[in-house]
Amino acid sequence: MKTQAAANYPLGVATRGKMLTRVGYAALYIILIILAVTQLLPLVWLMLFSLKNNQEVFNLPPFALPSQPHWENYMNVWTSGNIGRYFFNSVWITVISVALTVLLASFVTFAITRMRWKGSQLVLGLFMVGLMIPVHSTLIPLFSMFLKLHLTDTSLSIILSYVAFNLPTTMMILLGFYYALPREVEEAAVMDGCSVNRMFFRIVLPMTTPVMATTSIINMIYNWNEFIFVNTFISSDENKTLTVGVQNFIGQYTTDWGAIGATLMISILPILLVFLIMSDRIVEGIAAGSVKG
Amino acid sequence: MEKVMSNKLVIALYVLPSLLLLFAVIYVPIVLTGYYGLNQWNGIGSMTFVGLDNYQHLLTDSAFWQSAWHSLLLALFSGISLIGYLVIAMILSGKIKGANLLRKIYLIPMLLSSVAIAQLWLKMYHPTNGVFNSILASVGVHNPPEWLANPSLVLFALFIPIIWQYAGFYILIYYAGLKNIPETLMEAARIDGASAWQIATRIKLPLLREVINVTIILSIVGSLKYFDLIYVMTDGGPNGASEVMASYMYHQAFRSFDFGYGSATAFALLLICLIATWLIRKVTATSDTIQYS
Repeated sequence: MKTQAAANYPLGVATRGKMLTRVGYAALYIILIILAVTQLLPLVWLMLFSLKNNQEVFNLPPFALPSQPHWENYMNVWTSGNIGRYFFNSVWITVISVALTVLLASFVTFAITRMRWKGSQLVLGLFMVGLMIPVHSTLIPLFSMFLKLHLTDTSLSIILSYVAFNLPTTMMILLGFYYALPREVEEAAVMDGCSVNRMFFRIVLPMTTPVMATTSIINMIYNWNEFIFVNTFISSDENKTLTVGVQNFIGQYTTDWGAIGATLMISILPILLVFLIMSDRIVEGIAAGSVKG
Repeated sequence: MEKVMSNKLVIALYVLPSLLLLFAVIYVPIVLTGYYGLNQWNGIGSMTFVGLDNYQHLLTDSAFWQSAWHSLLLALFSGISLIGYLVIAMILSGKIKGANLLRKIYLIPMLLSSVAIAQLWLKMYHPTNGVFNSILASVGVHNPPEWLANPSLVLFALFIPIIWQYAGFYILIYYAGLKNIPETLMEAARIDGASAWQIATRIKLPLLREVINVTIILSIVGSLKYFDLIYVMTDGGPNGASEVMASYMYHQAFRSFDFGYGSATAFALLLICLIATWLIRKVTATSDTIQYS
């Protein structure tokens, strides 16, 4: 293509054109790289000051390396506060919420896309409208409902809220995948006398493993980072998750930058690790979850 | 087949648990929010029905309108930055080496919790030891700004990390949309002698219209209900200079224990978000849907 077009011009014009393209490409790369650096630099700085003591933080230039890394910052915050407890609360609340959300969403999506019943479109609509509801508009009644049911300051209040608010997005990602499943599989299963339950658990669910993985990761990131529900419903240290716990913990250590840096690093490392391992799925899931709406 | 796939019991079993949860956690609270707004209530004692008093008060409450103005500014700011993201995504989707890696790097801030990002940027903006003022000091600026304590700067100082946080998300969505456009269309245009600029504006932009509409809704509605970062970084201060609608609602309900007025604010927030969505859809509606795959 390009060579053909170039062949039509005298030699000088063609090479000048090539030079221009090359300069253009270099400029584009520079823009892209500057953006990448901007996205990463704050995190690099965070990592650096999590390994410094206060003296180094205040006296060295911001991006200078510490004379020797102070790993004890990490040891100190892990053992001194409740960070360990917050961390494990985050882990189990996230795991249970994600599992419940993906399973329930799979049930509903299967019933809507594969089974025949009046009202399936209405139900789908109800879930999709849920996508547009701001969390904040439900916060006050949820708080008073949980208060009446004695669920405030329990993990259950958090899990219920996470599952309900994540169902619509999860279903949205699942929908396309379920619509695309071939009918023949079901027909064959029914011919063989397979019940719907058996078909769902033995055939359909295993077939949707890739998209379940994608939605699980999206859900995981959301739940791991969620702030306002935990901040509103949970009062005791025992039940806090990492985001809210970190917020309170830092409030007590306003002057020790190394400790603050280490705490923040501990709170973001799991997500960064998951991202390193599964970045393709995450990228794909975020794109699918937002565009198909 | 027909009989198995329309088994009422199975459908109920698959759909009802999620539907109940959706109603309990989203729809019932939404209705209650509207109802609480008609009452005077401190959250614990008994409610007194006051009719539309709270909503009337909201209309003349300058503090609320100031917070609404701040939310709108954020929406404008995010809306404008979409143009930049679109340009970056266009560059990235050209034949650029390392595009995959770059868009993953851009996405990293989006994966981190708002609390971690807020705490990190609080440190970045620190008046003496933060990155910005350390650098300013090293080039001889003697009175560097106190970013978050200055009422005329604070709002924009907060917008920057918000933009930073979401940049990768929108670039990813645009990139995914651009990659969905069949390469053959661009090939054909190139054969007809179209320049890169013409291909971008006459082919890519029109075909990307649906995706652009979705991102406009996401960014504007997302901005209108924005909360986390501002709550953690400035809590609406100094003196209300960075208060947004959601934080105003939160302060009314959970700080001033005026649950009735807080609910009215929350309901207004819901209405504003729904109206904004409807308006944008109306304005951006396309009469002809593009078919190209």
